[in-house]
Amino acid sequence: MTTASAPRTLYRKLWDSHVIELVPGSEGEGEEVRAALIHVDRHLLHECSTHQSFEALRDNGRKVHRRETHLAVPDHAVSTARDRLNVAQEDDSAAAQVARLAANVAEFDIPYVPLDDARQGIVHVMGPELGFTLPGITLACGDSHTSTHGAFGALAFGIGASDCETVLATNAIVQSRAKTVKVELTGTLRPHVTSKDVALALIGRYGAGFATGCAVEFTGEAVRAMAMAARMTLCNMAIEAGARIGLVAPDEVTIDYLRGRPLAPGAELFEQAAAYWRTLPSDAGAEYDRVVSLDLDALAPQITWGTNPQDAAPVDGTVPPAPQDAEAARQHAKALAYMGLEAGQPVTDIAVDVVFIGSCTNGRIEDLRAAAAVAKGRKVASGVRALVVPGSMAVREQAEAEGLDAIFMTAGFDWRMAGCSMCVAMNEDRLKEGERCASTSNRNFEGRQGRGGRTHLMSPAMAAAAAVTGHIADVRTLEELGA
Amino acid sequence: MKPFERLTSPVLHLPENRIDTDIIYPARFLLIMQREGLGDYFCRDRRVDPEGNAIPNPIDEAKARGAGILIAGREFGCGSSREQAVWTIADFGITCVIAESFGEIFQANCLRNGVLPIVLDPETIANLLDFAQSGQISVDLVARTITAGNTVIDFAISDNARERLLNGWDETGMIQSRWGSSIADFEKGQRAQQPWLYEPLAL
Ligand code: SF4
Repeated sequence: MTTASAPRTLYRKLWDSHVIELVPGSEGEGEEVRAALIHVDRHLLHECSTHQSFEALRDNGRKVHRRETHLAVPDHAVSTARDRLNVAQEDDSAAAQVARLAANVAEFDIPYVPLDDARQGIVHVMGPELGFTLPGITLACGDSHTSTHGAFGALAFGIGASDCETVLATNAIVQSRAKTVKVELTGTLRPHVTSKDVALALIGRYGAGFATGCAVEFTGEAVRAMAMAARMTLCNMAIEAGARIGLVAPDEVTIDYLRGRPLAPGAELFEQAAAYWRTLPSDAGAEYDRVVSLDLDALAPQITWGTNPQDAAPVDGTVPPAPQDAEAARQHAKALAYMGLEAGQPVTDIAVDVVFIGSCTNGRIEDLRAAAAVAKGRKVASGVRALVVPGSMAVREQAEAEGLDAIFMTAGFDWRMAGCSMCVAMNEDRLKEGERCASTSNRNFEGRQGRGGRTHLMSPAMAAAAAVTGHIADVRTLEELGA
Repeated sequence: MKPFERLTSPVLHLPENRIDTDIIYPARFLLIMQREGLGDYFCRDRRVDPEGNAIPNPIDEAKARGAGILIAGREFGCGSSREQAVWTIADFGITCVIAESFGEIFQANCLRNGVLPIVLDPETIANLLDFAQSGQISVDLVARTITAGNTVIDFAISDNARERLLNGWDETGMIQSRWGSSIADFEKGQRAQQPWLYEPLAL
C-alpha cells in the first residue's frame, strides 16, 4: 500500500476517498489489492439504458438507497424537432421509452428533468450545467461518455444497466483500481485549433486502445488555459482512447464555473467544498503508470477519414496509404471501402452531404459560438443538409440570447431542440445509406449515425466550414477559399 | 444470473479487431425494451441488408451453428456501455467470448450476465483456432483451462470474476447482505466530512 505521505495522483486521491471495503482477488493484482467496493456519490440516468435497471429493482423488491443522489433526463431518443412537444415522434417506441422513464422515476421518486423542462439536455451537458457534477465525487451513468464529468476532477465512469440497478439500490459498485496515464500537453493551441483536435490527434498518434481501462489525466499549461467546455470535450473523448476515466485537476476555472449553479453547494458550504477541491490536484512527484505527450504548437485541425477514431489526419493532409502490417492493411482497406475513399486523396477533396453540430462532445455554448463565427455572413453550400442541435435547452436559450440562432438560420442551418440526435441516430435525425457527414460527435463507427452512413469527426468550427464549402475545408483558410 | 462452470461447443470465429458495440447491437434497436429475443439483432447490419435479405457472413455459416464460444481479435466490445451488446450475445447462445482484449464496460457487463470473457494473446488464439478447426473446444472455469483436441491451455481470470461467474450471484443482493453496514458507515463519515453531498437536491 502507498503510505499516506507518498505523493498521490488526482485519480488515487479520488479512489482512496471512495473505497468502502477492499475486495481481494482481482485483475492485475501484485502485492496490493486493487479491487474495492467503492461508493458512488452521484448517478445520472437517461431513458435508454435504465428500464431494465428499474425492472430488476421491482423484480427483487428493492428500494432506492438515497433518492437525492440520482438525476434523470430523457436525451438519447427524443425528437429534436421544434414542435416536439406537440407532434408525435415517427417511431413511437422512442416516445414509449421516454414515457417508461417518466413512470419509473415517479414510482421510485427519482429527481427528474422532463422533456418540456427548460433544463432538459444531454446528461453530460445538463449535469455540469446544473452543478450536479462536482469535483471530488464519484459519478456513474449508463453511458460510456460519462468520462466527460472527469473534467471537474470527478471520478466519472460509464456502467451497464445491471450496474445501474446496483447503484440505485446500494450507491456502491465493485471496481478495480485503474492504471493511470498522464497526458502532457505542451505548447499552445493555434487559432481555430481546439481541444477536439487535441483529442483526435492524441488518439491518432497513440492508437484507439492506448488507454484501455485506464484513468487518463490531461495536464499542462494548455489545459489550465482551457474553459470547462474544452476540458469536457477532452475528457469526453478519453473513452475513445479506451479509457475508463478522463480527468482534469480542479482549479479556479472549475470553482468559478460551479459557483452559483443550482445544485452546487450553497453559499457557506461552497467555500468549505472549494477548500477541499483545491487539495485534489496530483501531488508533485506523483507517479503514473504511463506518460504520453503531445506538442500543440504545430497542431493543425484534425478530421477522421475512417471508421475508428484513431483514423485521424490533419486537414491539410491526405487519406493515408495502406500500412505495412497485413492485418492493419486489411482493416485500412475495409475502412476505405466503407467510407468510399481512396488512399492519397487530399482530405479537403471530400464532399459532404450532411453537417451535424452538437452532442455531448461539442454541443456547448462555446462550441456553438465557434461554429456561428464561421457561419456568420455565409451560406450553407447547396445540397448540404446542416443541423445545429444544442447540447441542452439552456445552451439553446443562451445561444438565442446571443443571436446565434439567427446567424445559423440565416446561413441555412436547421436550428433544433436539445438531445443526442445524430450522434447516435436513435431518433429521426440520421444519415441515409452512403450519406457523408461532417460531425462534431465522438464516434465514427460503422453505422453510428445511421445504417451505411459515413462519419467524419471534427471540431465545431471545422464542421461549420464544411457546411459552407460543401466539403471538408481548412477553417484557417476559409477567406482564401472564398467561402 | 446463470452460473458458468464448463462449456463444450463449436466456435464462432470473427477474425476482426474492434468489433464495437454499434456493430454488435446497432443503436436503433436500443428502443426495444424487453430483454428476450435480442439475439435476433446480434450483428444485425452485417447479416441482413436493408431490404431484409441475408448477407453471407461467418455468424450464419453452418459450422458456427450452435456456437457457445465466440473468438475475436483486439478490443472486442469497445464503444458504448449498452448492456444489450452482452444480452444479444447471450440470447444468441454465446456464453464465452475469447479475445485479445475487451472494451472495459463490455467486459464488466459480461460478468453481470453469466458470460465468461477470456483474454488470450494472438498466438494462443491462433493455435486454439487451428485445433478448433475440426469442431468443438471446451472451456472449464473451475480448472481455468481451455481444451482443444489434445491441447490444454491455461487461461487467467481473477478470483473475484471467477467466483462471481461460478456462483451466478445476484451482485446487488450480495453487496447489500455482505457490505450493507459498511456502506452505512462510509456514508456517515462522508456526511461529516463533505456535508454538501448530503444537502437535499433542490431541483
Ligand atoms: S450525445 Fe452521443 S455520445 Fe453523448 S450521450 Fe448522447 S449518444 Fe452518447
